[in-house]
This record gives sequence, structure tokens and C-alpha cells, in this order.
Amino acid sequence: MSVISKNTTFMGYRRENGRVGVRNYVLILPVDDLSNAACEAVANNIKGTMAIPHPYGRLQFGADLDLHFRTLIGTGSNPNVAAVVVIGIEEGWTKRIVDGIAATGKPVTGFGIEGYGDHETIKRASKVAKEYSQWASEKQREACPISELWVSTKCGESDTTSGCGANPTVGNAFDKLHPLGNYLCFGETSEITGGESIVAARCANDKVRDQFMFMFNRYQDMINRWKTDDLSESQPTKGNIAGGLTTIEEKALGNIQKIGKKCTVDGVIDKGEVPSHPGLWFMDSSSAAAEMVTLCAASGYVVHFFPTGQGNVIGNPILPVIKLCANPRTVRLMSEHMDVDCSALLQAEKTLDETGDMLLECMLRTANGRLTAAEALGHREFVLTRLFESA
Amino acid sequence: MNHFVLHDAHDTVAVVVVEGVKAGAQLNGWIMDDNKHMNMTARSDIPIGHKIALKDMKTGDTVIKYGVDIGKVVAPIAAGEHAHVHNIKTKRW
Repeated sequence: MSVISKNTTFMGYRRENGRVGVRNYVLILPVDDLSNAACEAVANNIKGTMAIPHPYGRLQFGADLDLHFRTLIGTGSNPNVAAVVVIGIEEGWTKRIVDGIAATGKPVTGFGIEGYGDHETIKRASKVAKEYSQWASEKQREACPISELWVSTKCGESDTTSGCGANPTVGNAFDKLHPLGNYLCFGETSEITGGESIVAARCANDKVRDQFMFMFNRYQDMINRWKTDDLSESQPTKGNIAGGLTTIEEKALGNIQKIGKKCTVDGVIDKGEVPSHPGLWFMDSSSAAAEMVTLCAASGYVVHFFPTGQGNVIGNPILPVIKLCANPRTVRLMSEHMDVDCSALLQAEKTLDETGDMLLECMLRTANGRLTAAEALGHREFVLTRLFESA
Repeated sequence: MNHFVLHDAHDTVAVVVVEGVKAGAQLNGWIMDDNKHMNMTARSDIPIGHKIALKDMKTGDTVIKYGVDIGKVVAPIAAGEHAHVHNIKTKRW
């Protein structure tokens, strides 16, 4: 008997396109690095808005540019966002992002700086941001079925306790959500190395399996093309190694515990793409924590399970990140960062079903409004994945 | 008290889950998948989260964890010793 069933509900914000969010942000979104200052000034002027500055958006091209647009449009489109003001250096690419977000039906307006300057842009954008902030502040939560909660996962600063405790806890929670029809997501392509045959065997059909192996091999090819050593210290990281993880294969077997024992892998998406039906999706993605969580937010996920071993501290501006940990030393020394302590697993003082339920309970409380540790600490890492140099 | 845990009964390494394991310590281990127990004597000081070798291994042997291949032995390891980057490497990159 789990804490959740198909009759469980949560209080969410129903958006214009039918999707449900658990937060209600008004975003001031820069298209490019030149627009960060204006975005921050608008967010400073108008309370109840949030700027998410970033360093890119100039002279990108090809697949790298497509990913840039997909990530910004996806972030603005996420159901945790009520409305968006977009600012770019010029109006063309700004409009492209505005149009992408407008497809959701939510309020969104764009401003180009060229021809106006910062002062005028900040004035014009602040007027709209104020309207949006006051409009969003009247939005009310309503009861929604639990199956409408899209949940993603990624582990970070893992150690051996991740594979023994925190990751299987996520797997247990995913095994309980999957039959209810939730959209779920996992990724970290390089971190499957050593366990790819296990993931392949969990794919629901040949088409999904072929897509997964394509993404996996594409990432391996990239690593083999650019590597100068066996990646020890990069993957696994120095933090992983300090925590006791020795090889990528060992890390991968721990990583894979996050998909539980019963979930099938039902679909494969590229970085930042939006899944098209319920089930567990594999997203091709970096294993760098903030990059991957940023991609999950862009794909439309609204709550994130983040198991850690050595103590990863990141959050995300719009996606609440729930931290769980099975390492008693980390839970003791970095307690302010932890939402769920599952270290009792290692002493068999709790079962996986119990810690899985603890995580699901935290998920419901987070969905209903409880700030995660990362949110309360102000961690808003927004990190864009790049594929290659700008022109 | 579990001093170390392993996933599968065929694993050749286990994870130390308590702080302060010193060479010579008598350790209790939990085989998680079978819910059985075993004993081991530590031959090195092993930090929490690091691995202890469960049997003697020679250079070139495959290390088994989660019941599968997780890497190769690159320097001989005696049962009870600290097993990590100084004696185990990836086979993949």
C-alpha cells in the first residue's frame, strides 16, 4: 500500500494548454548575453518576477542554435511559468522565442534593444512585467490527478551510497508512478556506459531500443573523438572518486537504479525535446547536473528527483529540485541541502518501499507548494548545453 | 550493525557504509538482494563509501559489483583491502 494511488490529487496551476504546473513564475527571459542587464533591471523593478541570465545566444548555428531556441522556448513554455517577458538585442530572434512560447496560450511579449537602448527597453518591458505579475498573483491552484505531474530525475555528486540507497529509492518511486500514467524522465547518456545493455533490455519495443542505442553510441563517439585520457576525474568526477566510486561502469550501474525494477523505457527524446505520451522517457543529455536539469525543465517536467551521495547543491530557476541522500556523513555535514534522508536504508532500518514512499510524500508536499531546500537556499542554476563553438 | 553492503552474492567488492573502519576490524556485511549476512576482516583503513575487496584478485581479473562487470584489476588486491582507483580501472575508455 503506497502513499499514492490513482485517486491521489495535488493542488496545481492549470495552464491555458491543459498542462499543470506546481509553481507560478513570471519570467524575464534574455534571448542573449547582451540582454541580461535589461532583464535583471526589469526583475528588480517589478516584484514577483524573475530574470534568468545566461551567457549565450550569439552567432550560434545549426543544431547548437536549434538547441538554444528549444531550451529557451521550452523554459518559457514550462507549466511552472505563468507568463514571460522576453528581451533580446534584436527583434527577429526575440520574436521566434515569443512565438514558440505563445503556442502554449500563456501571456508572452518580446522587446528588442536595438533602436531603443537599455533605458527605454527597461521602461517598456517593466510596464508589461507589472501587468503579468499582478495577473499571475491571482492565479489559484486546483485539485489535479497525480498522473498529471511530470517528474524527472538526475543524480549528482554520486558516491557508492547512491547506488545502494538514494538511486534505488527513486527507482521505487518511479515504479509506483509509472503505472499511474505519469510522464517520467531520466538521462545522463555517458553515465549509462557499462549498463547500456541493461537499459536496452528495458526498452518497451525495438524502435525505442534502436533510438536509445543511437543516442548512446552518438555520445560514445563524441567522447572517443575528443578524449585525451580515460576520463578519470571528469567522468567519474573527483567528487565521485572521493566518495568511493571507481569506474564509469560502477557509476552507471548505480545510475540505472533510478529506473526501478519494473518501469519500461517507453520513448527516447533528444536534448530539450518534449515527450509525446505518458511513460518513462530517456533524454539524451549531459551528466553535468545543472545542464541536465535545465534540459528537463525545457522538456516540460515540473518536479525533479535529485539523489546525491557527496552533496550536490544545485537547483533550477523554475523546476523544484528535491534532494535525497543515503550517505549518513553527507546528511550530517550538509543537512541544509537535503529534503529526504534515506541513510536508514544502509542499516536496513527502513525498506526501499518506505524510502520510496518518503520521496513520494515529499514530491506531493513540493507539488502543493513546499519549497525544496534548493529553492529556500536560492539555488537557481540555469545552464545551457552547447554542442560546439559559435561561428 | 552493517559495516558494509553488497548488492549480489557474486560481487567481489562491497561498500563500507560506516565511518572509521581501520585495518584489522571485524566487519559485518549485508547482501542486499538476498537479505543474507557475511563477515570480513579489513586489511586496510577504508573510508565510508569506499570499497573493500571480498576476495584475492590478480591483475587482469574482472571486478564484479551488482552481479556484473564494473572494471578490471590493475594491481593485485588481497581480500579485505581497500579497492579503488589505485588498483581498479575502467575497461571502457
